[in-house]
Amino acid sequence: MKTVEHQLLIVGGGAAGLRAAIEAQEKIDDVAVISKVRTLRSHSVSAQGGIAASLANIEESEADNWKKHLNDTIEGGVDLVDRDAGEILTRNAGRNVIELEHMGVPFSRTDKGKLDQRPFGGHSMPRALYAADRTGHAIVYALYGENVRHETAFYDEYFVLDLMTGDNSVSGLVAYDIKTGELVVFRAGGIILATGGPSQAYELTSSGKASTGDGLGIALRNGIPLEDMEFIQFHPTGLKARGILITEAARGEGGYLRNDRGERFMKEYEPESVELAPRDRVVRGMQREINEGRGINGENYLHLDLTHLPEEKISQKLPTIRELSMNFAGIDPVERPIPVQPMAHYSMGGIPTDTRGRVQGKEEGVTWNNLYAAGEAACVSVHGANRLGTNSLQEAITFGKRAGRFAAESVRKNHAGDVDRTTVDKYESRLHSLLGGEGSVRCYELRDRLKQTMTGKCGVFRTRHDLEEALRQIHELKEDYSKLTVEDSGKKFNTELKTALELKNMLDYSEVIVEAALARKESRGSHFRTDFPERDDADWLVHSFIYRSSTGKLKRDYRPVSPGT
Amino acid sequence: MEIKFEVSRYNPEKDEGSYYQEFSFSIESDELEELTVLDSLIRLKEEKEGSLTFRHSCGHGSCGSCAMLIDGENRLACKTHLKDMVSGEGSRINISPLPGFPVIKDLVVDLESFFSHDRGVKPYLIGDAGSRAKEELQTPEELERIQEVTQCIMCGACTSSCPTYWDNKKYLGPAAFVRAFRWSEDSRDEGESERMDALDDKRGGVWGCNKIFNCTEACPKDIDTVGAIESLKRKALGF
Ligand SMILES: Cc1cc2nc3c(=O)[nH]c(=O)nc-3n(C[C@H](O)[C@H](O)[C@H](O)COP(=O)(O)OP(=O)(O)OC[C@H]3O[C@@H](n4cnc5c(N)ncnc54)[C@H](O)[C@@H]3O)c2cc1C
Ligand code: FES
Repeated sequence: MKTVEHQLLIVGGGAAGLRAAIEAQEKIDDVAVISKVRTLRSHSVSAQGGIAASLANIEESEADNWKKHLNDTIEGGVDLVDRDAGEILTRNAGRNVIELEHMGVPFSRTDKGKLDQRPFGGHSMPRALYAADRTGHAIVYALYGENVRHETAFYDEYFVLDLMTGDNSVSGLVAYDIKTGELVVFRAGGIILATGGPSQAYELTSSGKASTGDGLGIALRNGIPLEDMEFIQFHPTGLKARGILITEAARGEGGYLRNDRGERFMKEYEPESVELAPRDRVVRGMQREINEGRGINGENYLHLDLTHLPEEKISQKLPTIRELSMNFAGIDPVERPIPVQPMAHYSMGGIPTDTRGRVQGKEEGVTWNNLYAAGEAACVSVHGANRLGTNSLQEAITFGKRAGRFAAESVRKNHAGDVDRTTVDKYESRLHSLLGGEGSVRCYELRDRLKQTMTGKCGVFRTRHDLEEALRQIHELKEDYSKLTVEDSGKKFNTELKTALELKNMLDYSEVIVEAALARKESRGSHFRTDFPERDDADWLVHSFIYRSSTGKLKRDYRPVSPGT
Repeated sequence: MEIKFEVSRYNPEKDEGSYYQEFSFSIESDELEELTVLDSLIRLKEEKEGSLTFRHSCGHGSCGSCAMLIDGENRLACKTHLKDMVSGEGSRINISPLPGFPVIKDLVVDLESFFSHDRGVKPYLIGDAGSRAKEELQTPEELERIQEVTQCIMCGACTSSCPTYWDNKKYLGPAAFVRAFRWSEDSRDEGESERMDALDDKRGGVWGCNKIFNCTEACPKDIDTVGAIESLKRKALGF
């Protein structure tokens, strides 16, 4: 068995993992990043619109400050934002963006050469720093370069299967090298999970294929709770049928949403902010239009209209949008409106952490010793029930950095523990049986059934009836998973096997999403129950925690929103 | 409507070398407008041949995973539309891995040396990283000079199309040069001379470029790769 050892392991090479690695490298010199796709292919490169910070760099944002940013974040998150975490996010946002600038991110500039800012939904001032509409790509490439400078060790195309744990601490993890198919044991004094979001559990999603929430599945398998999983953000403007994201900046720059009659229907639902209301409200407006037959040609999509904007503005501020729209819909937004529909985009919930990134255990107040999480995989509760656009890259940076710092400090005291043979053996035989499987169910079929269930029964509008049906279907899917067959029996670069392993994680956390949605009998942020359409602070101003108990049953627990200092 | 896909197959655990396998692919005629080569490969894998292997992630040209040789040209599979490749019933599309790199399996190539060449040009900002509390100013004009080259997604299409690279694997190749140019040309960067050793190297450096322009044609982001290399040559000469 190949065994590798590092002081600190970071699982995930997106914005959060890469930022964590740089910070850790400042303190210790043996940091490794493991990623199932090559680092530069991580989903973060697709982030388009921007990263939030109240820099007050332009005239329209002169009066901005972190408190306003915090207030907007709390309001957008419908009061489910932990104040202490929110304060850390908004207070440090400016400095963290300046640091990114110093790492070479090619941010767009004002005429005077300062970092330019633009408006984004739910933010009361233009606060988004951006690099054209390739902000995520620009940030990831700069962070990657910084890691090359620091000589971070990269294990690209390694799939992490599970942690080796004992007594609320980790001693390492088990991964398999996708290229060779061999299991590899990584030992470490500390681990940061930065594995990204779970949106691939839905049919239409803006997220990359790797966003299968593996870290969430891994957490559940180790008795770690998931927090606030009922809050899945749907994005208003996915390119029809493809889910390619048309950034909110398109509306920030002045784009309109129109229905089949050509009406700017959002005026009805949100007279003040219209198209720039928080995402959950725009999505519900759109879904209502569609459900009531006012989609374009009565179908399930609407129009995003930019035709009234000057061509120059579109090609300078939204070049990628123009290109994507021409390429994938055959439509030049200068001339014709873009067909769009809502799609799964982001998970506010995730692995619960404190503000240092430390993973929270299933008993309230218990913190894991040397296990951290950051980025979309984590829930430090800065987004509450609904994330504001551009706040998640900032979260990945701010809390990735903090997790990196505190993890590095703690591993100086820890040292790598023993190899846990039972975990290794378990996965050896699991891979063996998947590959030699005589099953009858194909993983792609099972995956598609899961996506249909989640989209149809646990989407924008939810009801008890649908959610119960979703649970039943997921239990059925889980049974079918035991009959799974992998057609490709090869060891090397077996992408079908990878899908089968991801699917296990997807089934596990999808069950939690549905359970959490079923339990929350109110509507708040992205979670909308048609049978409980009102927000209910008396009973539901709480975070939900769900974990798998040692008997295998899911258990639920609620914790208060942190008031902050 | 039926289309034929000829896909290069190679299973390192079984095959001595690669060979082409033909798949017939039926689509509705209105799908022709919508489907990309990547969509088609995914369908083939999921419906017909589970072992067919290729990389992909974002599906819209931003992650750089899916570059391959499609009908003789290096392209991103996710941005290549069937309608641009086939003329009608019975048309054929030939799909092979990116040339010039070792094949791991089917359409998946080994990019280790490609990325190590990239690291060789120090792809990061070199300069005074003191604790400056404010952003370093950069005018829109200064930014404009690097805007095009910052779009590189490291897909490998350019380097894979370069005859100099085919013959000489020490040659850093157009992608690494574009990346060096991106940083050296940044108004905030002071690393030009630090990068010069690698760029001015006899075997690895820019002098291997014979201006064939294969790389510029292959770039899915329309980056003027040769322009960047020519500029680096001038810098190497001290202009
Ligand atoms: C299309 C789109 C546009 C967006 N635009 C914006 C925006 O403009 N502003 C904003 O603030 N937010 C935006 N977001 C949200 C934001 O991009 C994400 O929340 C953020 O990038 C997540 O970063 P991350 O580092 O947590 O995860 P990711 O970038 O998803 O990285 C996850 C990493 O974990 C690795 N990994 C996962 N599982 C495993 C495993 N089992 N083994 C090994 N490695 C594993 C992956 O390989 C990858 O490297 C956007 C999201 C989408 C979908
Ligand atoms: S899949 Fe990302 S570039 Fe093609």
